[in-house]
Amino acid sequence: MAPPACKGAAVAATELHWGLLLRRIAGLLGSLLAAGGARAIDLPEDRADAMFHVYDGGGVKATGPALLVRKKLADRVSLSGSYYIDKVSNASIDVVTTASPYKESRKEYILGADYVVRDAQVTLSTSKSTEPDYVAAGTNLDVTQEVFGGLTSVSVGFTRAVDQVGKHNDPSFADSARHWAYRVGLTQILTPRWLMSANFEALSDDGYLGSPYRAAIVRGAAIPERNPRTRSARAIKFRSINDLGSRSSLRTEYRYYYDTWDIRAHTAEVGYSRYFGDAWLADGFLRYHAQSKALFYSDNAQTEAAYVSRNRQLGTFNDVGLGGKVSYSIKQVPGQYDIKANASYELLRFKFKDFTDIRTGELYGYKAHVLQFFVSATF
Amino acid sequence: MNIPRLFIIAALLGSAGLSGCAVEPWVKPYERERLADPIMKFSRDALADKHREHIYDVREGARGATGVQGGGCGCN
Repeated sequence: MAPPACKGAAVAATELHWGLLLRRIAGLLGSLLAAGGARAIDLPEDRADAMFHVYDGGGVKATGPALLVRKKLADRVSLSGSYYIDKVSNASIDVVTTASPYKESRKEYILGADYVVRDAQVTLSTSKSTEPDYVAAGTNLDVTQEVFGGLTSVSVGFTRAVDQVGKHNDPSFADSARHWAYRVGLTQILTPRWLMSANFEALSDDGYLGSPYRAAIVRGAAIPERNPRTRSARAIKFRSINDLGSRSSLRTEYRYYYDTWDIRAHTAEVGYSRYFGDAWLADGFLRYHAQSKALFYSDNAQTEAAYVSRNRQLGTFNDVGLGGKVSYSIKQVPGQYDIKANASYELLRFKFKDFTDIRTGELYGYKAHVLQFFVSATF
Repeated sequence: MNIPRLFIIAALLGSAGLSGCAVEPWVKPYERERLADPIMKFSRDALADKHREHIYDVREGARGATGVQGGGCGCN
């Protein structure tokens, strides 16, 4: 039997042991809780936008309002909702040469939620676009993870969408299309003034991928177009932004696209942004797109084939866009809110290499004007 | 390709990999002030950029890899 002094020492040692263990457990729980609460990625800031947009070119005019509201909840989740209307009056060359001009409207809702946990952001959104003869619904899921001390962001994403296709004055026509998209992206901070990103997306479509109104021409005679019911595409895009000093930046972008319909496309854009004083921000941009035609595209096919289309979107053409945007800070209280008025204009010019204007016999081309007026508030 | 050459390549790749592990984030958080400016964002106004993207999507044969989520598209 141990002497009383030794017993006391043993009890003290046991108490010390339990105390240490409890402190260690408390410390571990504390650090876990602290780590659970710590976030390197910030939720998108609360924001509201109200926009009026105009597209006018090639006989098509599309105008309408658009709204976006984004709000944080419990500092963990950011919810967003947007509503977009296109009021379209269509007298495009396709319509005036093979049908009658028409008017219709397209409405689109998008609801989204962003959730931030540690260095990752999860974004889930769903959208629905409705026209009298076309309904498209889609769901998107994206995850972005910051790694390497916040210098690198890696993202993966997925989209699944389904379209219901109808035809005016023909209730017997009903078809559908399904779309899948898988994407990965990498954004890298290279220097304190330069960041780059690379994005890759694989797209897959299945179902009715044309228009029930569009006509193809075979040996001078108009017939309904016949498109393949599957299409698979790959797109890769590189972007770079440099801070040029003097409160200005230069953005450059390039995308290469190809698909199983044999379309190859190059798209490049360069943009310049600069502050003027405390209230003004101006942007200028130049965009160029060039593509080769789909295998079954023909201005006037000379042989009957399983697939034939005269959809000029699938033809050989290029388009150039030159635009500018100005933002004016109407009222700003640092750390509380910032209200801006914005206006942007872009002139687009399309030049088709193998699409003839059958009214003139010349190759077709047109100019389009894109206007946006919007007020944005961050708070 | 003989074995010594393979060994040299493997050693070079291995040393490159090991040195890669040792690379520290070279732009410190306090050096990222300029990168946080709105003019250093690829997309500053999501609603306006989505409208622009929609205009190209319905008129050009190419799409995708825009770096933003897709949406419903009445593209006929």
